[in-house]
Amino acid sequence: METSKESNSTVRNNREGLKGWLNPARYGWERVSYWFQRLTGLFLLIYFIGHVYETSSLTGGQAAWNALLALTQTVQGHIFLILVIGASTFHSVNGIRLIFTHGGMGLGKPGRPDYPYDALSLNYRQKSGIWISLILAALAMLYGADVLFGTK
Amino acid sequence: MNELIKRIKMFRNNHPAGDENADNEKNIREKINLKVFRTNGKSESHFDTFEIPIMRWTTVLDALLHAKSYCDSSIGIRYSCRMASCGSCGMKINGIPRLACYTKISELKGGIVSCEPLANFPQIRDLVTDFSVFFNHHKQIQPFIQNENIQTEDREVLTEYIQKPEDVDKYLQFSYCIKCGLCYSACPTVATDTKFPGPQALSQAYRYSVDNRDNALGKRQNIIDDRHGIWRCHFAGSCSAVCPKGVDPALGIQLLRGHMLRFSKNEQKLAELQDRGLDKS
Repeated sequence: METSKESNSTVRNNREGLKGWLNPARYGWERVSYWFQRLTGLFLLIYFIGHVYETSSLTGGQAAWNALLALTQTVQGHIFLILVIGASTFHSVNGIRLIFTHGGMGLGKPGRPDYPYDALSLNYRQKSGIWISLILAALAMLYGADVLFGTK
Repeated sequence: MNELIKRIKMFRNNHPAGDENADNEKNIREKINLKVFRTNGKSESHFDTFEIPIMRWTTVLDALLHAKSYCDSSIGIRYSCRMASCGSCGMKINGIPRLACYTKISELKGGIVSCEPLANFPQIRDLVTDFSVFFNHHKQIQPFIQNENIQTEDREVLTEYIQKPEDVDKYLQFSYCIKCGLCYSACPTVATDTKFPGPQALSQAYRYSVDNRDNALGKRQNIIDDRHGIWRCHFAGSCSAVCPKGVDPALGIQLLRGHMLRFSKNEQKLAELQDRGLDKS
């Protein structure tokens, strides 16, 4: 028998907390979608706050507006905007999928479970919504990159 | 009698004791390292590693019991039926909540199998966790048939509850829940919100709500229609992914929410009838 001190978590409560959100791949596509939806939501919130701050600079006159706008014209600014495009596309399309699934639509009807007990709600009909969201987000980011980095 | 003794002697001659051992040797495929989480709630927790010989059919529970029998008898583990019916041996195996008796080592990847107590349950000792909060959530949603219109006191007028097979199909899969707590452990909302009832309790709320013998849907809706209630489920689907009995708690929760949101036209009609006092069900 070997003994190793690999974990120091003697938390009696043993709640996973935000740590439980990490490694979403272990539970399948729905958990990945859950994780992306949150991540993109937080990212868009940060963008929204920045966006309000940016537009409010108009009150400081044309020079202040141009100075702030110049920030988005850098390579880093473009990358940030491409991420915004991807995040907003995924969040919107996946959000529509979630509106339907949260009402039980596209999940199928309950029945008699049989071995190997594949969950009906994790079917390909609703799962394809996640893949479509990811593909559309990737396409939107590619198009955004093409426009922002000047080939168009 | 003589015939029987003769047959036993013949069988022994044909199957010498050594053969049985040889068969076992053939079936032992390899050895694995079993990492077991150890804690007594007082000192620092750690992992103990045991080398366990495995066969094709060895389950994680078999391996743990081997370790308990031959390596360290102090390993704390809860188990009972060994056939995925009692829901006692739930634990995190290689990071995913599973039943130890229902997980064959040959189905797991790699030569190391790690066993930890279920997340989101307070630890008691080693792999044993405290289910009292989980059971409280279950009790809170009143998991029993309630119907004040049915006379149960007077034996003279007692009648049968008539159900068609289609009526049973609506809730049968949810009644297969063995309360193993795997869904509760996998749920990301439970991980961050201690007041959230969890997938098990919410799916049971649906199970009794669609049972045509029950008419306490409104009562249960009042319990789960809360800021820490059904609306905190975001359909991560992890509960259904880990459920060993095909209960599919995520489906039950979404269907119940759809019902509460009057998503389908049928639900809208029912709600209108209820508002006008015409629906007696």
